Amino acid sequence: MTIPLSWVLALSAVVFGIGVIGLLTRRNILILLMSLELILNAANINLVAFSNHLHSMRGNVIVVFTIAVAAAEAAVGLAILLALFRNRRTVNLDEVREMKG
Amino acid sequence: MTRSVVLFRDLLIPILPLAAFLVNGLFGRWTREKAHWVSVPAVVLSFLLSLFVLKDVLSGVNTYASLYRWITVGAFDVSVGVMIDPLTAVMLIVVTSVSSLVHIYSIGYMHGDKGYARFFAYLSLFTFSMLMLVLSNNLLELFVFWEAVGLCSYLLIGHWYDRRSAADAATKAFVVNRVGDFGFGLGLLLIFVTLGTLDYQAVFLGAKAATNQTVDLLAPFGGKLDVGLVTLIALLLFAGAMGKSAQLPLHVWLPDAMEGPTPVSALIHAATMVTAGVYMVARMHPVFELSPSAMATVAVVGGGTAIFAATIGLVQNDIKRVVAYSTVSQLGYMFLACGIGAYGIAIFHLMTHAFFKGLLFLGAGSVIHALSGEQDIRKMGGLRNKIPATYLTFLIGSLSLAGVPLFAGFFSKDEILTRAFFAGDLGRVLWGVALLGALLTAFYAFRLVYLVFHGETRLLPDAAHHVHESPPVMTVPLWILAVLAVFSGWVGIPLIAGGDKIGHFLEPVFKGVAHVAHADIRLEFWLIAVSVIVALLGIAVADMFYRTRPAMPDKVASAWPRFYSLLLNKWWFDEIFDWAIVRPTRRISEAFLWKVADVRIIDAFVNGVGSVTQQAAASWRRIQTGLTQDYAMTVVLGLLAIVAVWLAAW
Repeated sequence: MTIPLSWVLALSAVVFGIGVIGLLTRRNILILLMSLELILNAANINLVAFSNHLHSMRGNVIVVFTIAVAAAEAAVGLAILLALFRNRRTVNLDEVREMKG
Repeated sequence: MTRSVVLFRDLLIPILPLAAFLVNGLFGRWTREKAHWVSVPAVVLSFLLSLFVLKDVLSGVNTYASLYRWITVGAFDVSVGVMIDPLTAVMLIVVTSVSSLVHIYSIGYMHGDKGYARFFAYLSLFTFSMLMLVLSNNLLELFVFWEAVGLCSYLLIGHWYDRRSAADAATKAFVVNRVGDFGFGLGLLLIFVTLGTLDYQAVFLGAKAATNQTVDLLAPFGGKLDVGLVTLIALLLFAGAMGKSAQLPLHVWLPDAMEGPTPVSALIHAATMVTAGVYMVARMHPVFELSPSAMATVAVVGGGTAIFAATIGLVQNDIKRVVAYSTVSQLGYMFLACGIGAYGIAIFHLMTHAFFKGLLFLGAGSVIHALSGEQDIRKMGGLRNKIPATYLTFLIGSLSLAGVPLFAGFFSKDEILTRAFFAGDLGRVLWGVALLGALLTAFYAFRLVYLVFHGETRLLPDAAHHVHESPPVMTVPLWILAVLAVFSGWVGIPLIAGGDKIGHFLEPVFKGVAHVAHADIRLEFWLIAVSVIVALLGIAVADMFYRTRPAMPDKVASAWPRFYSLLLNKWWFDEIFDWAIVRPTRRISEAFLWKVADVRIIDAFVNGVGSVTQQAAASWRRIQTGLTQDYAMTVVLGLLAIVAVWLAAW
């Protein structure tokens, strides 16, 4: 039997929601980066699901790109995090307010 | 020689001084006290080349060439070019000869000045500009160099710029000339708008065709005031000439210009630049000829200035100012000649005046040099034996200025008087005015001679100690000019057939002018006799006042105290201008332009834009909290909003 599309979309929505809430509520930058990964992967799940549903490979191809970009983004994010920690001895986002106008 | 070689030779005349200017202007820091080794040879070479040009023109070869197209916009087409005819040739000789002598004289006069190289650079730049002015073949080119000589005049009056009075005088010269040049500029615009060209020959033809056209001056205001187009053009051009040549009421800058070094006064403010107005009127004579009222204006302004400036010259106490007012007066004579159609005579007088007035200024400079800077003639006297070369040459210049027979000034001035006498009723009146002016001229010229060189010395002990004759580098130019101040008049001898060589030489230029037949040779002889008597009378009165009866001047002055004070204060012209123009301008500027227009309107607008932006920014910048999660929240809310809108639409 096949899993209905709606179930997969519901899963994706839940993962997206967890990611957004994590992004908005947590202060640790490491957790924030993980939340971002969740959001991206929620989108990936959607893409794969529709690809399967529509019998097209396009969605799957995009997902491969997304994963590559996400990996690069995570690498940059972690590098910034590392530099920040070396300078400030903190990974708490509330303590970094250089952009205040 | 081929044509192009001749043209190249002609062009070298202005280019050499320009090159000297560039070398001294750019490398003055290295040329320093050797600057004259660059400028003097360049200008002297220009003079020698001018002699070749004169020779060519004498044999009937004129030059007209466009060098390159300068501006071409629609119908507006102006070339840079040269035109050499007898009038230009005379001007070339006058400018290069006086300029050469002044350059040489300056070696001695400016010795040790800290702006030595700068001085020579500007002097050469002036020579270049003046030469280009007389070489121009169209009005725009003339105007450009007209302004260039004005600039050089400004720069050289303000040579000692750290002196407040010199800086003020330079500014005054510039501003007063702006008034005249505004008219000149309008005249050029009017010529271009109505005749469509600025080329001399084309303008003359166009003006002739437009003789009967009128312009309604009050049309924009709904009124009606028709003025002849040609008259308007001529009067506007004459306004420029009045500024440049210091005619009433725009003469006020010239006496103040004496703040500049004396060689500058000799070259620019006596011999050449101030005569540019006369040259321009002579050059544009086909336009002036078409308008009798413009001609009458020129004659009356000239005659009025001639007598007016002479009266001031009677009582001034600064040696250079007396000579300066004399220059204003003599320029008046030249315009008087132009106004009665005697252009050739005007140019003749321009030439003789350049020599004898250049001589008088350089002589005055030599006196000042000998007295270590003293300019007040009340503190001179008895210098005759101490500086004999200066005395003799100054005396020759004064005799020439006074119009004593056989001296250059006699021939040219008497010719003006004679021609005025035969020029109708207005001419007859102006003849009387000019004759009185000649009396005053002879008087003030010899007042100067007696007060400076004769009688008891009134020198301050300090100055008396150092009195010395100027070095040869200064006296040799004086002697050369003295020779010219005698013999340059001999090219225009009246009465004798064939004596008027210069008139004959200039005839091709002024051929369109109706020639006034000399009515009666005996009458002419008597006229000359009258003016000679008047000149001698002036000298005799000066002799009585300042030699035989030294108490007389004070007696006369105290007999008419009001009149004396009027003359001493130069007819209150500066005060009247100050009261009527300068102060109201300042008051309006302060009360309205500054405190209302500038502060309340322009500043208020600009500052208003700034403060509105700042205030808006002050409230809006609060959304930039610096908290990353606030930004993320904004993104999420935006996303939700888009989804909400999308759902609502669906």
